[in-house]
Amino acid sequence: MALLEIRNVTKRFGSLEAVKEVSIAIEAGEFFTLLGPSGCGKTTILRMIAGFDAPDEGELFLDGRPLSGIPPEKRPVHTVFQSYALFPHLTVAGNIAFPLEMAGKSRDEIRRRVNETLALVHLEDKGGAYPDELSGGQKQRVALARGLVNRPRLLLLDEPLGALDAKLRERMQVELIALQREVGVTFVFVTHAQQEALALSHRIAVMKEGRVEQLDVPEVLYSSPRNRFVANFIGTINLIDVEVREASRQGLRLAAAGLGEIAAPPQAGATAGARGTLALRPEHIRLSPPSEKPELKNHFAGTIREYLYLGDVTVYKVALDNEVLLEALATNGAPGRARFHEIGDRVNVAWRHDAGAYLAS
Amino acid sequence: MRRIPWLWAAALAAYAFLYLPLAVVVLFSFNDSALNASWVGFTTAWYGKLLSDPAMLQAAGNSLFIAAVSSTAATVLGTMAGISMQRWRPRFLPFLVLTPVAMPEILLGVSLLLFFRQVLDLTLGLFSILIAHITFSIGFVAIIVRARLAGMDESIFEAARDLGASPWRGFVRVTLPLILPAIAAGFLMSFTLSIDDFVITFFVAGVGVTTLPLQIYSMIKVAVTPEVNAVSSLLMALTLTLIALAARFAPETLKGSR
Repeated sequence: MALLEIRNVTKRFGSLEAVKEVSIAIEAGEFFTLLGPSGCGKTTILRMIAGFDAPDEGELFLDGRPLSGIPPEKRPVHTVFQSYALFPHLTVAGNIAFPLEMAGKSRDEIRRRVNETLALVHLEDKGGAYPDELSGGQKQRVALARGLVNRPRLLLLDEPLGALDAKLRERMQVELIALQREVGVTFVFVTHAQQEALALSHRIAVMKEGRVEQLDVPEVLYSSPRNRFVANFIGTINLIDVEVREASRQGLRLAAAGLGEIAAPPQAGATAGARGTLALRPEHIRLSPPSEKPELKNHFAGTIREYLYLGDVTVYKVALDNEVLLEALATNGAPGRARFHEIGDRVNVAWRHDAGAYLAS
Repeated sequence: MRRIPWLWAAALAAYAFLYLPLAVVVLFSFNDSALNASWVGFTTAWYGKLLSDPAMLQAAGNSLFIAAVSSTAATVLGTMAGISMQRWRPRFLPFLVLTPVAMPEILLGVSLLLFFRQVLDLTLGLFSILIAHITFSIGFVAIIVRARLAGMDESIFEAARDLGASPWRGFVRVTLPLILPAIAAGFLMSFTLSIDDFVITFFVAGVGVTTLPLQIYSMIKVAVTPEVNAVSSLLMALTLTLIALAARFAPETLKGSR
């Protein structure tokens, strides 16, 4: 049985349907992420799990028991708020002790657990400090500690890394993964940052306008997006309009106007004659000088239009002869060589027959 | 910033106009003469006389009692109004609570008098004064408490619930400590308003009960004696102290307001 089951939940605010018939099952021990642009309903789902909002239709179950009618304070669910929401009048230790006090734990137990949790988030020496004396990263850790100290069944995290700068954010991501592994509490994480979602999660639900567009493990989400929205939202991707020539278990034969035939991996539901899109990741595209004979099955002639040198990689914009513009990523692995092609160079654009994903919509 | 000499002169003149009369009152309360005409010598005799005047003591006692009771009640009610205005954003409550703040005092006094006499058939006295003072103080407390709450992150209060606090425990452990400075400032403001109020009290006091401002008024109908200067100075000192305390508790809410 799933730890948390969201069954057919709909939530309206006036005439706006914030969440539409969403069903998600989250397993114990999971790091589960709700990913989507702002206004997609992910925070509303979080608030319904926490008990601040009630679904208009459908039901949420925790350990198989319905959650409706149970107020936030009676749910074994704690939240790490986007703003951290630390109590400014309490010390770090006072903040962390708060849920234990509310649960009626003894003084000795509170002291012991607060110290343990302070150690867990590496803030042993900050117990007596007040929140406004802490840095952003430290506040973040206190909020995590406060959410975890009373061992909730679920910890909800609402864009908790959003306020941190890039470097600190990366470090907190690593800490977050380690922390979740260490305490074993189920995390439900909300973010609009796709990279963060890929890095942290066991499973991700990609949301758009109140619906779940795709729910999968990060690798599948990245390599086999189900539709254009998911493909576009996660990472960078090239989209080429195609028609299916032939579909079989071995693969697809696609036709793109002005290009000719493209071989693509098999896709359930793709039938000959259907029109759709081929989604192709920039890092799957190889560029080579026209003098080298390409070894890959899909290869086309193109011209370099632009490039962006990013240090470790260079991003090329290359126009195929049918004027389709593709983005290709080249790793700058060879020392001393940062660029392989100049603007205006003719190149071979190639990718493997099993790269890319055919999207019906 | 550029200094404009005539602007400074104008400002100085305005402040002199405001504060010189107050300074004269204080000065002459120490004047060793029964007439407010010329400086004779220093004395504290008028303060002594004040303390042995039973009518004056009675009025002061009334004023302090009314201020204490009305500001306590107004603080409780105003805090509740301020919190609900911030939390639930009701459309009409702000008008109901804040109208007495903006209403001319004379209007409030007349309407309260009519209401007490014609509608409730109440005997005017301590009770009617208390009700009146509570009425005009609630709005001030509500404004101050609300301003304090508006400056805070609302998810703090949700966090309290989320972490296991019932609404009441969340209020006691989180909301109350955070708005306490505003509550204190609101209490001091209402205390000041109550102890200084003349117009509204004049209408609703009836014949039996006299407050300090009413007492001073009845004294100057005869003559402005040094005794009046002394009691005015004391009232001024008390008011300034209370305002200064209130400003310390809630600097953000009193800046620029009254």
